[in-house]
Amino acid sequence: MNEGKPIQNAPSREILEKIFRTAYKIRVFETEGIKLYRQGLIRGYFHPYLGQEGIAAGVCAALREGDFIASTHRGHGHCIAWGASIRKMVAELLQKETGYCKGYGGSMHIADISSGNLGANGIVGAGTPLGVGAALASQVRGSDAVTVTFSTDGASNNGTFLESLNLAAIWNLNFILVIENNGYAVSTRIDESTRDTDLYKRGIAIGVESHQVDGNDPLEVHRVTMQAVKTCRAGKGPVLIEAKTYRHMGHHVNDPGKYMPEEELAHYKARDPVDRARAALKEMAGFSDAEIGAIEAEAAAEFADAVEFSVRSPEVTAESFAAFAQGY
Amino acid sequence: MAERELMYREALREAIDEEMARDPTVFIIGEGIAERGGSYKVTEGLLAKYGPGRVRDTPIAEAGMIGVGVGAAIAGARPIVEILYVDFAMLGMDMIVNQAAKFRLMTGGEGRVPFVMRTQGGTGGGVAAQHSQSLEALFYHIPGLRVVMPSTPSDAKGLLKYALRQPDPVMFLEHKHLYMTRGMVPDGEHIIEFGKGDIKRAGTDVTVIAWSNMVPRTLEAAEELSLQGISVEVIDPRTLVPLDRAMILASVSRTRRCVIVQEANRRGGVASDICSIILAEAFWELDAPVEIVAGLDIPVPFNLALEKASVPQKDDIIAAVRRALHESPVARAAG
Ligand SMILES: Cc1ncc(C[n+]2csc(CCOP(=O)(O)OP(=O)(O)O)c2C)c(N)n1
Ligand SMILES: [Mg+2]
Repeated sequence: MNEGKPIQNAPSREILEKIFRTAYKIRVFETEGIKLYRQGLIRGYFHPYLGQEGIAAGVCAALREGDFIASTHRGHGHCIAWGASIRKMVAELLQKETGYCKGYGGSMHIADISSGNLGANGIVGAGTPLGVGAALASQVRGSDAVTVTFSTDGASNNGTFLESLNLAAIWNLNFILVIENNGYAVSTRIDESTRDTDLYKRGIAIGVESHQVDGNDPLEVHRVTMQAVKTCRAGKGPVLIEAKTYRHMGHHVNDPGKYMPEEELAHYKARDPVDRARAALKEMAGFSDAEIGAIEAEAAAEFADAVEFSVRSPEVTAESFAAFAQGY
Repeated sequence: MAERELMYREALREAIDEEMARDPTVFIIGEGIAERGGSYKVTEGLLAKYGPGRVRDTPIAEAGMIGVGVGAAIAGARPIVEILYVDFAMLGMDMIVNQAAKFRLMTGGEGRVPFVMRTQGGTGGGVAAQHSQSLEALFYHIPGLRVVMPSTPSDAKGLLKYALRQPDPVMFLEHKHLYMTRGMVPDGEHIIEFGKGDIKRAGTDVTVIAWSNMVPRTLEAAEELSLQGISVEVIDPRTLVPLDRAMILASVSRTRRCVIVQEANRRGGVASDICSIILAEAFWELDAPVEIVAGLDIPVPFNLALEKASVPQKDDIIAAVRRALHESPVARAAG
């Protein structure tokens, strides 16, 4: 376990900027997306990633082209951190044919296979075997690509966790399991669903290098992921990273989250990953308020443009549906 | 008998409540069912009444939950396992198919599995492919399982109470659209035996067989058709296994025309099997081919218009009834 080791190699200016830019973009996407939901423009499920942005931002900044990610039902942040088009994401949420999945998937299923994003998933725990599978495919093809599965505390109690992580272990796969431990599965607290709430220990139990990090510290997440990626590319994977974090609101847009104690929420809000990424950019890379303001304005403008694009996009047609439905 | 209006979810809750009060071996486990009262509020208040020993939250561990339910049933308890979506029951298929369904036969009839899995399926406003399925055919296909799909609050209550008294594994499949629907439920002990269908609307021109959420939809279609002078009989088998063949065959023999409506996609579906039963047993009673109205053979898309297009709507049922009526041996010969 890593216990707050000092930062040996401070991340570069580019990385610091990338992490903040990503975290802030996610913050805008979720905050504005919730507004669209309330206006009735978005239907179905919408699980906000608010409060957990530092994990996706920190992890993805450690990956490179050719790598893979697999995600969860709370997947917008991973997708954005992977570099997805905000236009195509919003269009998907608005059920348009210009969306990532042509309006067939929605929030819980956004994927971009060509870029290595195996997608969000509506089945808790499914991303772990899928990610291990991608890592297996890389090994079989002789590639040193790394696959990250973003997973959850909830998924760690599902059988898929042990079965697939064990496979990754016996085959030394280039696989990183990031468990975003936000303390809840809907309203069920983690201490009601497991005796030992330190989930990283489960990796150790089956011989997998495992770490626990403050998931609200994007730089720490990034540092540990960099190490994990190195371990994997050296053929010594898999690695498990448990990132402790907390949601800023209920489980999905319509969950008021009354079961989340106020003090607990306040504790984590005081350790807001977006604020921390911003502070790091200022303090460690010397960004001015104006420069940071420009990044924020850009993110807001990108989202506004995506909404306009999506609203203007044509509705899915009966003809394209008929064509799509062929062959099933 | 006196009766009251209840919501489907309230009727389910009453059934569980009454059976828990009556039989101390009845207990319920599921995700978020205790303190929170379940995603559909079916189990609200039960924790306070029966305590954490008999109303338990579980981790997200469907294979384990279903498995321990089956084990507890074999050992003599009466577990109810609530699975949030029937889609997630797929994680527990080994326990359902290889364990629960087989146990009685494999033990020469001695072992029984009074296990009830409550879950819900169907489309519901853009929840997409992994949360919208109608999977009754999978369970229907497996000998050893009981498959129950109530369409009204009264049926929901009566059938669930029966499920908690009979000896076999029950797939109790609710529908996400029905939880808030209302209907009259008889006061007092209200139990509906499996294998007894119900005529939801009597008619003379054509029989329409439907279950679950397709029943209210078919009743709307029947109402509209009645304004055009067409008398539709709507029958609801309520339990697909065991199936009330006698009621189906009697109705079809009377009206001589039949439409079967299912939300599930068509291929390998229950409607096809019911159709085969009618063709085998009442072929000479028919005046027209049996019509099947079913979902398209595709996963359910997220887009709302496409979701709607992929499962039967009222107009699809009306059109099928009209086809069944206009098709006749005489018209065909003349045609
Ligand atoms: C197999 C399965 N069971 C249940 C659900 C319903 N469900 C969706 S999200 C969720 C809670 C998830 O909690 P966790 O895994 O910790 O992720 P978080 O929501 O905290 O990000 C549940 C129970 C599901 N989608 N899939
Ligand atoms: Mg969680």
